[in-house]
Amino acid sequence: MSQNTNPLSTAADLITTDGFQLHEDDRQAMLTERDHYEQPQAACIEALKIVQKRHGWVPDGAIVAIAETLGVGAGAVEGVATFYSLIFRQPVGRHVILLCDSSSCFLTGYEALSEVLSERLGIGFGQTTGDGRFTLLPVCCLGACDRGPAMMIGDDTFGPIEADDLDELLEAYP
Amino acid sequence: MTVIPKDSRLRYHCQLRQSAEERHAETHPLTWRLREDGARVGFEEYCAKEGYQSARQTLTQRTPADIIDTMKQANVRGRGGGGFSAGVKWGLTQVGDHLPRGYLICNADEMEPGTFKDRLLLEQLPHLLIESMIIAGYANRSCYGYIFLRGEYVEAARSVALAIEEARQAGLLGSDIAGSGFDFDIALHTGAGRYICGEETALINSLEGKRANPRAKPPFPGQSGAWGKPTVVNNVETLCNVPSVMQHGADWYQGLSGGLSEDGGTKLYGVSGLVERPGLWELPIGTSGREILERAGGMRQGHTLKAWLPGGGSTGFLLPEHLDLPMDFGTIGQYGSRLGTGLIAVVSERQSIVSLLRNLEQFFARESCGWCTPCRDGLPWTVKILQALERGEGKPEYIEILEQHTLGLNPARTFCAHAPGAMMPLESAIRHFRADFEAGIAHAPLEGVS
Repeated sequence: MSQNTNPLSTAADLITTDGFQLHEDDRQAMLTERDHYEQPQAACIEALKIVQKRHGWVPDGAIVAIAETLGVGAGAVEGVATFYSLIFRQPVGRHVILLCDSSSCFLTGYEALSEVLSERLGIGFGQTTGDGRFTLLPVCCLGACDRGPAMMIGDDTFGPIEADDLDELLEAYP
Repeated sequence: MTVIPKDSRLRYHCQLRQSAEERHAETHPLTWRLREDGARVGFEEYCAKEGYQSARQTLTQRTPADIIDTMKQANVRGRGGGGFSAGVKWGLTQVGDHLPRGYLICNADEMEPGTFKDRLLLEQLPHLLIESMIIAGYANRSCYGYIFLRGEYVEAARSVALAIEEARQAGLLGSDIAGSGFDFDIALHTGAGRYICGEETALINSLEGKRANPRAKPPFPGQSGAWGKPTVVNNVETLCNVPSVMQHGADWYQGLSGGLSEDGGTKLYGVSGLVERPGLWELPIGTSGREILERAGGMRQGHTLKAWLPGGGSTGFLLPEHLDLPMDFGTIGQYGSRLGTGLIAVVSERQSIVSLLRNLEQFFARESCGWCTPCRDGLPWTVKILQALERGEGKPEYIEILEQHTLGLNPARTFCAHAPGAMMPLESAIRHFRADFEAGIAHAPLEGVS
């Protein structure tokens, strides 16, 4: 199980493990996930999400810890971590706003809403407010097209949102 | 600090726009069990509404070959947008005696722009999906099932996870299901974003914990899919037809479309965009775009219909004159578009078509997995050109360059269906609205002025 036996794990040398401690509960949760699949690598997306749930994002050391826990190469874990849009490889705010920018929301007022939201937060897409409260990201069609424009804040989905609703919405996420 | 109440008008809650009186088991196989209040149908309520009867009967009374025959006769076509016969797909797992037992994957990665139908079934009727997967798993001799759910569907994840647990407690998942001798279980696999995961071979790579690049076909997943085993990938809505097809038969299913279409069954149709009452309806497949649009109350006041996408961002634009066509796979395909997911997005006369295309191509460019060059490099070029046209800074050759892309990013030139899907709205928009694109070309500079 040691990652040192895996030639792919040399990629781990490029990633610092400094300061990251994998929580024991998280390690156990990863091992439980691993058992749902024929091969352990399948659990790595879920493992990244487990880390992210606790820390808000995935620091370098977590890549190595996940690789060791699942017995797969750190390069493979990093490859996955950088592919998927909902895995964050840099710190994000306490609340991540996912603003749907797909066609149905575009047809119902996404652009105007996006402009006001950006202005209100003082940030653009991919950025985090100075107080570490919000990160703003675009997202693929949220499947809330009958009530566009739509967005998520954390786990909550909202729509239709008008510019006037933003104060009430944002206030609920301190 | 304030909290947004559960019943706040701001919170998104999906709802079918058909009353309970309109929905019956014989005519609305997908939605008749849904509650009027839009709350989740739990295990007991589902069982009280004939739930799991079809699975119990099918597993104890029918053979896999017999089930697949019925599915082929019913011709249940893929509701995720592909339209491929589920029965034919299932038949692939039966080829050769020495194939190991494989996997059944439900594609619940609903991300096609304009599509919000699977969410309804996942959130409010998860047991119909579980029952469907038990039958499909049995027919395909699958050892295990996965529900590949997009990560953003948080409510659906709760609903499905609870349903799996409830079914397991009731002995409907696990070993010797309902005394049939069939062993099968299901795990919920939630994704982490990226549209391309909806492509079935990319989905399999993602399930295996890899980057979601599509795989070459053949081999088709039915022969060699997840971990090299026979794998069936079906959309949520497609699967949800299975229990009623088993219960009532192929002829009944074919008859549901009532002569409107060569295709059988019903379809979850919907409308989004600037209409009075956007929403979802279960209607016979082959219902016309006009009837669906009428159910949505028509265009919002002050807007007239310029064009419409019949089934998602990767389908071609149709015109108002196409509203009377039956919305089925064969017909829509004859008009330079595809039925896709069957959820209409309407475009108002007041909407710039060039801007809408820019938005669509930005989506496809961002969501390209980057695996093949035409898609990775070609799509951003179309965005740049569309942006220039949007600003009125286009050059005379730009429309021709866009047209070259619609040819160059087509099947056989790209690795999967992503780029061809991206080109369908573009090709059709140029065909229907060439003048709108030409209006983005800057006036030619005067002779001798650089």
